[in-house]
Amino acid sequence: MSKVLVIAEHDGDQLNGSTARAVACASELGLDAVDVAVLAADGAVVADQAASLTGVSTVVLVQNPANEHAVAALLAPQIEALASDYSHVFAPSTTFGKDLMPRVAAHLGVPQISDIMRVESATVFDRPVYAGNAVVTVEAAEGIVIGTVRTASYAAVGQEGSASIETRELSVELPSHTRYVGLQTSGGSDRPDLQAAAKVVSGGRGVGSEENFSVIYKLADKLGAGVGASRAAVDAGFIPNDHQVGQTGKIIAPELYMAFGISGAIQHLAGIKDAGTIVAVNKDADAPIFEVADYGLVGDLFEVIDELEKAL
Amino acid sequence: MKILVGVKRVVDYNVRIQVKADGSGVATDGVKMSMNPFDEIAVEEALRIKEAGKADEVIAVTIGPKVCQEQLRTALAMGADRAIHVETDDDIQPLTGARILKALADKEEPKIVLLGKQAIDDDNNQTAQMLGALSHWPQATFASEVNIEGESAVVTREIDAGLEQLSVDLPAVISVDLRLNEPRYVKLPDIMKAKRKPIETITLGDLNVDAAASVKVLKTSTPAKRQAGIKVESVDELVTVLKEKGLI
Repeated sequence: MSKVLVIAEHDGDQLNGSTARAVACASELGLDAVDVAVLAADGAVVADQAASLTGVSTVVLVQNPANEHAVAALLAPQIEALASDYSHVFAPSTTFGKDLMPRVAAHLGVPQISDIMRVESATVFDRPVYAGNAVVTVEAAEGIVIGTVRTASYAAVGQEGSASIETRELSVELPSHTRYVGLQTSGGSDRPDLQAAAKVVSGGRGVGSEENFSVIYKLADKLGAGVGASRAAVDAGFIPNDHQVGQTGKIIAPELYMAFGISGAIQHLAGIKDAGTIVAVNKDADAPIFEVADYGLVGDLFEVIDELEKAL
Repeated sequence: MKILVGVKRVVDYNVRIQVKADGSGVATDGVKMSMNPFDEIAVEEALRIKEAGKADEVIAVTIGPKVCQEQLRTALAMGADRAIHVETDDDIQPLTGARILKALADKEEPKIVLLGKQAIDDDNNQTAQMLGALSHWPQATFASEVNIEGESAVVTREIDAGLEQLSVDLPAVISVDLRLNEPRYVKLPDIMKAKRKPIETITLGDLNVDAAASVKVLKTSTPAKRQAGIKVESVDELVTVLKEKGLI
């Protein structure tokens, strides 16, 4: 019997939306079962959320105080212990999965397939390379298949499932060499999460300053949108790093993406190519962002946002 | 204390990638090659740690064919003390790369291995984590700040939720993100000086490393491109089309 185990991403209270997208990819493998592993300090609530995902057979719940924060060096040995029952182990290709899964793969002595964007068969996958400017079709090596899922390529599965929850005790020795110190988030707002938002309003270097970014936030709030940014805007200190969209930031697929003052470096475009509709506003008519935008408007972004707010 | 820093030769950041018509890969003939930008940041960080008096030696290492020595020379010109070239014409994937780095770490006994978080060619983002696993060392990936404090390091990591701090015992492997530092420009006298610095060439056999099972690339293709849409002339026109599509 071949089964896939999807490692749930969560913050202790909430299942991260990337998990449902990874489950969607895992469901395309055509295996006998899709299970989800929840590793947490106290994971009953998250396990319930995972159990409701459509297509999930069993939620494997591993509770350990060491799992309070997602530290790869601590999670990896536990996942290795679970992996022996599975033909595939997947996780979302978020910073959580990217940090964790290669550590699992190396311990198991197998290569990893990163950023799976299409499943051709249980062992053949497409994945992007060169910032998405080429796609390679790859075949996994013999043995267990370890992969991360490019979440923007998959719509989240629904919540019509009713998986059983199985609590597992693992006798695995965990290292003491890595300690969680803390997390600074820019959160505290009611804005939708960038990776899950149906609409995203994004600002680039053209926004000009941290203060000016308030117009981006204001428009986003009016639209109920998440807030994104280009690398240039984050590098310049206009906005914290967790808003960065692109090859090395977040890869997103909202229904509507509105880019203000973003020129459109290929690394940024790599993060938005799956968006439903792209709107670009830039004062430079030759900006590369217009080559991918469905609707382009050449003009001053502040004037445009001002008019937009009046029109909405 | 030694720092081992990984350097990979990749197609330059600014090159527009062309997929070969026969699907066998991307065109690299006559294409400008450079050090992976993340690796430049890793080299810079190693040098800054040394300049702060917290390390004695920075060793740059690359894996690949003879031409990769160009990138080692760049690392030496930036200020690395010496370099190791693991020469091979084979396609080295992350797991084998991590085995090679582990063998080198066993030999050189660095306290820190600094690597780019990903190479901008295969975009795998795996090697540092795999080295951490094989060595049973801590890993701190996607670093935007590194503070060495005696026998441990406090690393700030750029993660989806924000900035996370981890404390790791040394030796550790650290993978670097873009905002960690701005790499220095190499000056001509440094390039001249780098020519006299030693590059040791070794093989996988010398290190007793077997290639790991690998992912087989069946074909390379050009992704579906988004088509440019239309330019609207006014905000009113934009609002009208977005309303028609039910987006606002």
